[in-house]
Amino acid sequence: MSVPATVQTQEFDVERIRADFPILHQQVHGKDLVFLDNAASSQRPQSVIDAVSHYYMHDHANVHRGVHTLSERATAAYEGTREKIRSYINAASTAEIIFVRGTTEAINLVAQSYGRERFQPGDEILITWMEHHANIVPWQMVCEKTGAKLVVAPITQDGELDMDAFTKLLTDKTKIVAVGHISNAIGSVNPIKEIIDLAHKHDVPVLIDGAQSMPHTQVDMQALDADFFAFSSHKMFGPTGVGVLYGKQALLDSMPPYQGGGDMILAVDFEKTLYNELPAKFEAGTPNIAGVVGLGATIDYLNQLDFNAVAQHEQALLDYAQEQLATVPGLRIIGTAKDKASVVSFVLDTVHAHDLGTIVDSEGVAIRTGHHCAMPVMDFFKVPATARASFAFYNRHDEVDVLVAALIKAQRMFA
Amino acid sequence: MDLRDLYQEIIVDHNRSPRNFRKIDEHTHTAQGFNPLCGDKLIMYIVLSGDVISDISFEGSGCAISVASASLLTERLKGQTVEEALKTFEELHTVFTSPDEPEDLEALGKLGALAGVRAYPSRIKCASLSWHALNSALNSGGVTASTE
Repeated sequence: MSVPATVQTQEFDVERIRADFPILHQQVHGKDLVFLDNAASSQRPQSVIDAVSHYYMHDHANVHRGVHTLSERATAAYEGTREKIRSYINAASTAEIIFVRGTTEAINLVAQSYGRERFQPGDEILITWMEHHANIVPWQMVCEKTGAKLVVAPITQDGELDMDAFTKLLTDKTKIVAVGHISNAIGSVNPIKEIIDLAHKHDVPVLIDGAQSMPHTQVDMQALDADFFAFSSHKMFGPTGVGVLYGKQALLDSMPPYQGGGDMILAVDFEKTLYNELPAKFEAGTPNIAGVVGLGATIDYLNQLDFNAVAQHEQALLDYAQEQLATVPGLRIIGTAKDKASVVSFVLDTVHAHDLGTIVDSEGVAIRTGHHCAMPVMDFFKVPATARASFAFYNRHDEVDVLVAALIKAQRMFA
Repeated sequence: MDLRDLYQEIIVDHNRSPRNFRKIDEHTHTAQGFNPLCGDKLIMYIVLSGDVISDISFEGSGCAISVASASLLTERLKGQTVEEALKTFEELHTVFTSPDEPEDLEALGKLGALAGVRAYPSRIKCASLSWHALNSALNSGGVTASTE
């Protein structure tokens, strides 16, 4: 199938980008790999792999401890990434950049350290129906301990947040709003600036789960005025096992440590321990140094991309994918929000998502099938599971064609 | 690895027209099988008359492998004793999980069609879901069986 000239972007050379990602150039079951599971975890450019490898070959020692050369190198690389992140998301200070294991740990940190201290019976935590389990369960755990109540803003049949309902649910009882920037299950983009402004009118802080937005777009903490923003390295082309919690300094200063241990203290005796300053206060124990170093290289890689061109390319991929999938008989796209990231969830009437996953894999196509850690979204659309194709900037239009052909093969198999 | 080894005609058929797919209100034993990974959920209903499974059925939703496996289970076990049923469960479990190639698939009859999952480790849970539920229903009388 040929691609209409209008959807090709002039500025964006996808082949040049693909050359940076060695993992893409392989065969699976004798077929060229078509990797469309980027919302679960994306792939890494060679420069990131090299940075991690170089770190282990030349610079590794523990950070913030030794006065010897390797420890100073490791510390410089680790703290250098903190500054890269600060600049990348335009935070006011590196004190606001906390390295964690990932988005999940970031949200748990806020729920436990911020929420458990403050929430009282009758207080409300406002989330949405399309949250990932990682932005539901940590709040439920805090509700159990504090007597606070979890309030869930509904979504529409298109999979958009119902802003009228959200506005009504935001009251003086609301103590925090926690919202995903982009739904991992159905791709809907939430109007986070509008949400933050609304919440701030009630003096309510807002946590944004940015796990799915960081691979697609650039965010500006000061322009957004987000109070907390959580994201994972592995979804944005960086190493696994590392992520970032951004928090406004005044809020983080007011919160107790989340975990105790080395690095987060100034002085320890058995009577009393003095906690360290930010950001160390929230980084107990030896961190994932290699992961953070690799994340620094990831930021360097992302900084040389033109994100306008990326956005155009991904929008064109999304449009093409939705148009081509619509030609498959019996296929229903789940989530038809006006503003969507390049994530398409769908079901076929005759083939269960789980079987689809296995069958398209035999054609070299990697998609996610299941509930996508968002069971309430599945319940809302009354489907047990969906198949999800999620695109990154290194995906091509012809990969959509391979997916569509594989789906038709699956249908024939069950016909 | 041929996909047709996994999706044999018998699997496709039992998925399309599952046997004994209904609720038995007057059951003596029941258990739910739930695969938290993919959301597959099956409920087994069993009527024991003495030691014999005089009726057995299932309801729920799942992929072709889990539905066909449940359907084949009900077809095979109706009229068998509890001891025979549990023996079949053990035999099938060995086929699914043993690193050795199964010696005598013929002896399993139609259930042998399920052996195709051996080449797809993530799908073994699908094929064994209903069997775990059965085991749980017969042994403990009705808790949720999980494949995790």
